[in-house]
Amino acid sequence: MKQLVSFIRKEFYHILRDKTTMMILLLMPIIQIILFGFALTTEVKNTEVAVLVPTNDEASSRIIDKINASAYFDVVEKIHHTDEIQPVFRDARAKLIVVFEDHFTEKLRQTGKAHIQLIADATDPNAATSFTFYASNIINSYQQELREATSNPYLIMPEIKMLYNPQMIGAFNFVPGVLGMIMLLICAMMTSIAIVREKEMGTMEILLVSPMKPIYIILSKITPYFVLSCVNFATIMLLSVFVLKVPIAGGFISLVAVSLLYIFVSLSLGLLVSTLTNSQQAAMLISGMGLMIPVMLLSGMIFPIENMPVALQWLSDIVPAKWYISAVKAIMIKGLGITSVLKEIGILSLMSLVLVTISLKKFKIRLE
Amino acid sequence: MIKYLLKKEFKQILRNSFLPKMIFIFPFMVLMVFPWAASYEIKNLNLSVIDNDHSTFSRQLTQKIISSRYFILTDVSPNYNKALTSIEKNVSDIILEIPADFEKSIVNRQGSKVMISANAVNGMKGGIGMTYLNSIVMDFNMDIIQKMMPAKAGTNSTPTIQLDTQYRFNPNLNYRVFMVPALMVMILTLLCGFLPAISIVFEKELGTMEQINVSPVPKSLFILAKLIPFWIIGFIVITIGFIIAWAVYGLIPAGYFSTIYLFAAIYILAVSGLGIVISNYASTLQQAMFIVFFFMMLFIMLSGLYTPIDSMPEWAKWIAAFNPLKHFMEVMRSVYLKGSNPIQLIKELFALVGFAIFFNSWAILSYKKKN
Repeated sequence: MKQLVSFIRKEFYHILRDKTTMMILLLMPIIQIILFGFALTTEVKNTEVAVLVPTNDEASSRIIDKINASAYFDVVEKIHHTDEIQPVFRDARAKLIVVFEDHFTEKLRQTGKAHIQLIADATDPNAATSFTFYASNIINSYQQELREATSNPYLIMPEIKMLYNPQMIGAFNFVPGVLGMIMLLICAMMTSIAIVREKEMGTMEILLVSPMKPIYIILSKITPYFVLSCVNFATIMLLSVFVLKVPIAGGFISLVAVSLLYIFVSLSLGLLVSTLTNSQQAAMLISGMGLMIPVMLLSGMIFPIENMPVALQWLSDIVPAKWYISAVKAIMIKGLGITSVLKEIGILSLMSLVLVTISLKKFKIRLE
Repeated sequence: MIKYLLKKEFKQILRNSFLPKMIFIFPFMVLMVFPWAASYEIKNLNLSVIDNDHSTFSRQLTQKIISSRYFILTDVSPNYNKALTSIEKNVSDIILEIPADFEKSIVNRQGSKVMISANAVNGMKGGIGMTYLNSIVMDFNMDIIQKMMPAKAGTNSTPTIQLDTQYRFNPNLNYRVFMVPALMVMILTLLCGFLPAISIVFEKELGTMEQINVSPVPKSLFILAKLIPFWIIGFIVITIGFIIAWAVYGLIPAGYFSTIYLFAAIYILAVSGLGIVISNYASTLQQAMFIVFFFMMLFIMLSGLYTPIDSMPEWAKWIAAFNPLKHFMEVMRSVYLKGSNPIQLIKELFALVGFAIFFNSWAILSYKKKN
């Protein structure tokens, strides 16, 4: 035990005496969570819209006013002919064009049917779908108003409730995601060089001829990074609650418990990389570059996992961030208790067990 | 002199047991797997129905919703709390509650209502689900009105605005068309940003930097010799990208390959320049990697790939304007989908040339031969 303590102290010195690296490790998550927390949102704001109105009339101008008045769109241009559509997109003057048919109001009054076409620039399909989604919402609400005004006795009124995030704030979705991504990548990158560095420096020999068991060496390597990660987690939490205004709706203690487990999983992942590689270069490239894209795309942070092909859904199951993000959303945003995330906790525990076991197995106690 | 320096750099890369493998395998894996992952397209939303009425109407409505291609009925719950539990467990995404006497009040000409509750943790997804469900309910309402008073249907008492949507340049909303060029940019950025960043620090840590510092090699030549290998690697990587995009996804740019190569040549210089600047300032591999990682994340997340730049706050738009990755992504997308030529992309051309000059001059200036 005394040996372990002195080894942990040695590892702490390693980190504490390299001031620059430590500053980078502590500052980076702060800047990232603030930048991404504010900047990442799928909410549409002030998107340029052009309208094509062959005949200026009441209903079409009401709809145009409604579109312009919404926070989502700015009507920047009125065109009068279909030939003008192509140039508008080509010169990127607008991202969406709302095309009214001619004599729009007349048709709506007399036949009860009128036609609007939404043409979106789909070079970015994600943005295009959200533009058409918001625009059709506005037009539908106008239609609803018209119907209410005519008081039909057979009307079915939908009553709508948006659960957990009534104002549909983007940060509610992205903060748990960014948290999961940053923690995993930073933790893995920190520990991935822990053992391989000793190999490169030649100090591994000294460790191997010492009476320390491999498990103690690994534990003493993880401990200081664990403390550092906890500090990072605390600052990220403070920032997201007080700066990004994402409330913690559920239990704070369960959130901390899940997060500590996740930090441990991430650190063990880095440790595994460290035992498997022979150079710092390879270790850092694998943990930095190799993990970045899978974590970004398969964690459910940006793209919903349930839309992916089945094979990728399986692949996403081995990404720890997926489970953590799902647990954080449940506790932080939905306000559920720890019992609702037992599955996530179980899987993360299993992962840490597997990772540590493999690291121990692969930890060579013989010199090569 | 440059000849020998280049020879040294290439040997350093090729004789590394790890780097050559990484350069070939990384683009391959990323492009084979991840284009399938990226889609915001919302389909197969899971629906919980609470039918308090058990009437012909309520069954018809439920049937109509299931037969649309958007919803899958996951459970019929006896009450709201039960349905809420399935949302909490992520088993369902949206709840439709039909009140008791739904049919009766419609038949009695009092009108009725339905309750829609959507999980809005992901606001976008919740919103889209709500809109789909809402429009199906409206459709159903039209059917009923038609049945109850055929004369009145279709007249001004139930004004209906028919909406249809057209997507220009990518009519089927093919996400692969969007993601493959974007991923090619990401791979190029990661490889040509990370690798140069470690190359100088690596020499510092090994101690071989001393030897360069005491040699007559001028600073600019040394940096150039560091850049050229990554330039060539970049070309190889982007060519692998073209081949996979064509062979696996059937994607061929609407414009010319030469346009992309031209921009890529400038872009790689810019990114590698940044990598070298970082490695000049970092004293350990770990520091270099963390700083590069920071910038890479920044570039990728604020490139408009995931969330539209238009939605970002003003200051983030400024960062995006100074993001080389965003400019190159724009080029790739325009050439692949719109068939743009360098004249139409002149703004991006200037921006990228600017970045390349800026980062590389900085790299030369910040490289100090003295300790």
